[in-house]
Amino acid sequence: MTLAIEGLCAAYGEIEVLHGISLSVEKGQLIALLGANGAGKSTAIKAIMGLVKPTAGRVLLDGRDIAGEAAHLAARAGIVLVPEGRRIFKKMTVEENLQVGGVVRSAAEVRERLADIYALFPTLGERRRQIGGTLSGGEQQMLAIGRALMSRPSFILMDEPSLGLAPLVVERVHQAIDRIRREMGIGGILVEQNVVIALGVASHAYVLMRGSVVLSGDPKTLAASPQLKEAYLGMG
Amino acid sequence: MSAPAAAPASTATVHVNIGRALKDTAITAAIAFALFLPLIGFKTVQNMRNELELETRLALLLTFVAIIAGAKLFVSLVIAPWRERRALNPAPTNATLAKAKTLLAHWFTPFALGFAVVYPILIFTVTGGTGALKWVDNFGIQILIYVMLGWGLNIVVGLAGLLDLGYVAFYAVGAYSYTLLAKEFGLSFWILLPLAGFLSAFWGVLLGFPVLRLRGDYLAIVTLAFGEIVRLILINWVSFTNGYAGISGIPRPTLFGIPFNANDDGFAATFGLEFSPIYRSMFLYYVILALALVTAYVTIRLRQLPVGRAWEALREDEIACRSLGINTTNTKLTAFAMGAMFAGFAGSFFAARQGFISPESFTFLESATILSIVVLGGMGSQIGVAVAAVAMIGGTEIMRDLDFLKYFFGSDFDPTQYRMLLFGFAMVLIMIWKPRGLVGTREPSAIYKERRTILGSHVKEGHG
Repeated sequence: MTLAIEGLCAAYGEIEVLHGISLSVEKGQLIALLGANGAGKSTAIKAIMGLVKPTAGRVLLDGRDIAGEAAHLAARAGIVLVPEGRRIFKKMTVEENLQVGGVVRSAAEVRERLADIYALFPTLGERRRQIGGTLSGGEQQMLAIGRALMSRPSFILMDEPSLGLAPLVVERVHQAIDRIRREMGIGGILVEQNVVIALGVASHAYVLMRGSVVLSGDPKTLAASPQLKEAYLGMG
Repeated sequence: MSAPAAAPASTATVHVNIGRALKDTAITAAIAFALFLPLIGFKTVQNMRNELELETRLALLLTFVAIIAGAKLFVSLVIAPWRERRALNPAPTNATLAKAKTLLAHWFTPFALGFAVVYPILIFTVTGGTGALKWVDNFGIQILIYVMLGWGLNIVVGLAGLLDLGYVAFYAVGAYSYTLLAKEFGLSFWILLPLAGFLSAFWGVLLGFPVLRLRGDYLAIVTLAFGEIVRLILINWVSFTNGYAGISGIPRPTLFGIPFNANDDGFAATFGLEFSPIYRSMFLYYVILALALVTAYVTIRLRQLPVGRAWEALREDEIACRSLGINTTNTKLTAFAMGAMFAGFAGSFFAARQGFISPESFTFLESATILSIVVLGGMGSQIGVAVAAVAMIGGTEIMRDLDFLKYFFGSDFDPTQYRMLLFGFAMVLIMIWKPRGLVGTREPSAIYKERRTILGSHVKEGHG
């Protein structure tokens, strides 16, 4: 299964912020979307999901164009987004949070999937009756990822999962992301500002600058590239 | 032996500042005087020549100010020091009290339910035929209508988090649907009850569509407008609704075709009883009790289903819901439709019980009352909403009976005139003590089946 994006454009009002980006990801592969603040990373994955309506371009899921379709249809087709800032349901328990993630699936599937998620994140299993808002930042991020996995997606889009977390916790989150890819065979697009860690888990990376892909390649070459620094410091 | 008994060293003392208390009391009295001067101090009366005259009610005004000043003085001198002392020396957690609390929490619902079921019979046996009518009809049925409306609105406001200020519109749709269909086509209450609910739900969806993109304050204003539009249509479409004059002679519900009247085929005659209006009231009481319980049961069940979970998730975070692929449009529409449907049921029951309806019954004040029941009860809490409905509606009904106050305030004192004042006062108090409503905690809806903790290693060893 392939998720291919071709010439995707998006605008907020009159201002175009995404000028035709193209990328592709296979199931079981994790790619990273890097770039400075305001480069258009978040907009790109929101446009793929349908949370922001793309103005041009195609989002091909196994050849079928889903660009411009509502977000709930994208989810049904197998794409799900872990929003920036986690956005867990703070007043609901851990298990209820996960159940909301599985709303598009049948009750039997949800039960089965709950067991998978608790196996992946044992802490969530231990705390399943706990109110979401009382979890630590790292646990909340695990919950946000687990919640997204409840709908059995083929592709998971993650918007800055390391935001506001302590370095040790960031490490754990990225280990989890790697396990999702390996053990569940889910494809992923990781939006990150933390270049070092992103390049550590991704097998391919794209660098965005002012709404366009300026650089792409495997992590090793990118890490050595002087252009990466330029993209981040805005000295294009 | 003769040493003076020293105060226990551990007890911190609290100094009561009398001067400050008096100052606070004076300020409070001044504010109360300024507030109540136009509200209570003056009254306009018509004289013989139909002219308005200003009458001053100084004694009543001063009584009110004195009550408030006295209350403030009591708080400053007694309650505030007591609270301070308690804050300094926190009492050890009282085990029996904590136990009593959990017992209360556990047994309150079944007890309240049982009481609601036996209530009319209890009243009937205690007061006998005629006296029971007031208690079953004015109290029981009236309160249960609002319990049901509160539970219905709770779906929209408490669960889905959509602030609806025009809920009474759906109540009106239900009432007029039943009335007009019953009078035009002579259909029975039991056929029209679901139909009225369906029509209200339809209007709920109709309102839902244009307001889907709105949230919070904006949604509140649009729903408020919708409520007023429905009322204005009811007033002005005279050929259809008979306008202000309302519609009377609405058919009453029957028990499997047996009407509750004094005729030979009536309920009393059929069962060999002496005719009394109390039988109809008791019957109506059980109808509305059943309807209210259906509302509660459906709500509790829906909370455990995907649609109910989506409602609660939507209340907390719409963006997260959309990221997870929840169809927020449908989620909002179902919440509106569900809430409206129960208002429709309640409305058709209301019309059938009153036998007369007019747009007067569906003013904004009704929406506000239902909404305050939900807010006071604690958003999303079924028990809290029921308790709030009992307190608010029962409280207003009791106000009608406080004739003894006339001994204090003179024979022209009408306690019902102060209903709204006390209403507001009670609301302020609850918002101070319980800002999240009577039951402010959310009851998780997930059912936790204990997981079997058989580890792989155990199974291998044959202990599984």
